[in-house]
Amino acid sequence: MKRFDRASAPPDVQSTGRRAAWSLISPAAGWLTVFFFVPLLIVFAVSFAARGTYGGIVWTLSFTNYLDLLHPLYGRIFLQSILFATAATAGCLALGFPLAQYIAKLPAGRQGIWLVLIMIPFWTNFLVRTYAWMFILRAEGLLNSTLQQLGLIQTPIEVLYTDGAVLLGLVYGYLPFMVLPLYVALERIDRSTIDAARDLYASRWAVFRRILLPLAKPGIVAGCILVFIPCLGAFITPDLLGGARSMMIGNLIQHEYLVVRDWPLGSALSFVLMLLVVGAMALYFRTEAKLIGQGRGA
Amino acid sequence: MKSGTVWLRSTGIATLLFLYLPIIVLVVFSFNASRLSAQWQGFTWDWYRLLARDASLHAATANSLVVAVISTVLATGLGLAASMGLERLPGSRARHVLEGALLLPLIIPEIMMGVALLLFFVTVKIPLSLTTVILGHTAFNVPVVMVIVRARLRKLDPRLEEAAYDLGASPWQAFRRITWPLLRPGVLGAGLMALTISLDDFIVTFFTAGPGSTTLPLKVYSMIKSGVSPEINALSAILVVLSMGLVALSLALQRR
Amino acid sequence: MTRKTLPHHLAIALAAAVACVVSACQPTPEDGPKKTPKAGDAATLHYFTWSDYVGPDILAEFERQTGARVVVDTFTSNEELLAKLQSGATGYDVTVPSDFMVSIMMRQGLLEPLDQALIPNAGQLEDHLKNLPFDTEHRYSMPYLWGTVGIGYDSAAIDTPPDSWAVLWDRRYAGKISMLNDQREVFGAVLRSMGHSMNSTDPGVIEAAKARLVAQKSLVKTYTSERYDHLLASGEVVLAQGWGGPVARAMKERPSIRYVVPKEGGTVWADCLVVLRSSRNKELAMQFINFLLDPHVSARTSERLLFAASNKEARALVSRPVRENPAVYPPLDLLPRLEWMQDVGAAIRVYDRAWTELKMTRS
Repeated sequence: MKRFDRASAPPDVQSTGRRAAWSLISPAAGWLTVFFFVPLLIVFAVSFAARGTYGGIVWTLSFTNYLDLLHPLYGRIFLQSILFATAATAGCLALGFPLAQYIAKLPAGRQGIWLVLIMIPFWTNFLVRTYAWMFILRAEGLLNSTLQQLGLIQTPIEVLYTDGAVLLGLVYGYLPFMVLPLYVALERIDRSTIDAARDLYASRWAVFRRILLPLAKPGIVAGCILVFIPCLGAFITPDLLGGARSMMIGNLIQHEYLVVRDWPLGSALSFVLMLLVVGAMALYFRTEAKLIGQGRGA
Repeated sequence: MKSGTVWLRSTGIATLLFLYLPIIVLVVFSFNASRLSAQWQGFTWDWYRLLARDASLHAATANSLVVAVISTVLATGLGLAASMGLERLPGSRARHVLEGALLLPLIIPEIMMGVALLLFFVTVKIPLSLTTVILGHTAFNVPVVMVIVRARLRKLDPRLEEAAYDLGASPWQAFRRITWPLLRPGVLGAGLMALTISLDDFIVTFFTAGPGSTTLPLKVYSMIKSGVSPEINALSAILVVLSMGLVALSLALQRR
Repeated sequence: MTRKTLPHHLAIALAAAVACVVSACQPTPEDGPKKTPKAGDAATLHYFTWSDYVGPDILAEFERQTGARVVVDTFTSNEELLAKLQSGATGYDVTVPSDFMVSIMMRQGLLEPLDQALIPNAGQLEDHLKNLPFDTEHRYSMPYLWGTVGIGYDSAAIDTPPDSWAVLWDRRYAGKISMLNDQREVFGAVLRSMGHSMNSTDPGVIEAAKARLVAQKSLVKTYTSERYDHLLASGEVVLAQGWGGPVARAMKERPSIRYVVPKEGGTVWADCLVVLRSSRNKELAMQFINFLLDPHVSARTSERLLFAASNKEARALVSRPVRENPAVYPPLDLLPRLEWMQDVGAAIRVYDRAWTELKMTRS
């Protein structure tokens, strides 16, 4: 489709076009600058400030917040969060890959319906869906009642307020983010490649390992990043499903801001979280570039 | 091959059920007559009736609606303009950077945005109120609108606009008569999506809400923390069904 | 070709945006541009209180009497209250900090001196609530509800009635214990069990207290200040550190629940009504405080929320079961054993750090 070629238009039309473009973009850019970028800069600035005795900010230059973060306990929280996020990503991958495969194989009309069905729960209230899992998993919840009624257990099993519950909540919340990119990648794979492999007596496992997996890699990478990053900053899930036990960075940041009121330390924590997110994204872009460089063909 | 397909199909359906299980459970048990236990003890509308009488819930609903409508209108306007501006911007470098920057709020963990806005309002000495909630909601909804509208824009045939210019139309006329009618379903769909996201938002609202600015998700959170269960089920069921309806509508509009 | 490139709706959106930002920068009496006050009255009272202090019928009566509207927001700990106020939530008129938080707020200049002429009911305070250490002449605060912190337990599940904080460390009840989600109260309990004052400022002592709490963490099901009445009533926990009132509520649902203040002593607390300096309805706020301190209103509040009222006459007006329930109205002979929580000044940083480390520890 030939686009209106502005480059070949006379200069005054070009500059009018550019000016018009900028005047259209600037309100949104301005809004995000004021209410997104500047706040993030303020967080960065506050992370170098000190805390008043009862909370609040004392504007002196201080590196103590970052030095404090070197305490092993903070390192453990970061590690824990990364582990949780990784485990959740793995879980999403394990559940999401077969689902994406299935959808990719469906006739075109049904694919659309399935995709819509998968996205709809994601757009509903996250808090409410997490509460639903509380309702199901608590000691007097649906799971335990059902198991007890079926006679499978005598006393309730403690599922709520465990790491497992948090993991379940994370996988549940971000599964659609994994399925969509996987679906896009799998859908592109040419059926004839697979059929050819079959004709050559390749086993199903070999087809999976040698053909599907490599060709789906861009989708896998994209899905992993889309799940990993929000899981890293998760707050509601560990708060409601984890009880007192599993603290992730998100909870710690909330704790520092709204309980202990150590805003400078909370800001330092936020900034480190930001670095982790940027690091994950950089990893993603590097991997994507490498994949493109390698060429996506078999 | 057959058993492989069967395995795939059953896994697929099982995963889909897993996605919908909590929602179905919520809706079903919101009618459960038992107060404490999760065993079915008969059908009742009681919890919905209790909700209907709860005045603080009405206030929270009103707040949620005010925030959602205002922030959606703002975000849709800003996002639509920015999307169109980006389309017209020549040169790939500036455009890429700008695109990335404007879409950044989608990727940042929400808690970061929440605390950043809190610190911003404290530093600039803007008191927390419903207005600060609206400002925050608009900020994170602009990229949402942009993603949807830009997908729509890309599908538009530029020759139509070109033809309009050739026939002597001003840019405004071309927009109003040609582009806008074609874009409208996409814009409405984007608006509905932004509305849903605003209605459901918790984290950013949690940090930026001031006196009397409790929205529905904040109310649900404090109800959950206090452990009052059956009304939460009913309220949750309403919220979920409402969101699902709005999203389905939005998707339907986007497909036209 | 004209230069009109801005579509109409964008212009309208921009104007609305500017209006929003402008209105955000100016304090307004109402929240948000769309809130409409009740017909005929512009006064709205913003009441910021504990999540279990809300009694809608009591508030409705105040609204009827004065024609004002009461908007309630809630918090679950003193620290949360202070955090919200420090975050710039300046629209509140009346709030209810606990004793030590009153002194902190006084020190930070957050409170408005009370006009005693507007609060005649203040003369009827219980004796032990007059001359409180943090605000001896009640210049800034009026005690509203008071009580103790102790242990709620299910006597059907615990063989011998507990009398010491140590029972919360008993391995037999692992996973069935809940503690308050309150930094000072949790440390208060362990400090008293170690024989120290709960207002200790000694870092070594606080560190030792933290070690004991870390050792306990694997036994604790959850740290909650709001759900322990439900947890006790449903049997999910058999031991809960808590304020007396919610335990009394749990007693109604499960009669085997009892309440005890351990022999090592614990907190005696009083939540006080204060008016914020940033309030825009100071007179209405003080009227509200007077209303809440009225003996009949106090008695109804006490009956409903199951907390002891500060008004002396209210004690006679509450029903016998409530008056004689030690979880609601602590026996006055208990008082010598109990300690008032006080502001620990700069040492709060040590507590903050210790509390954070406790929360971060894996159990």
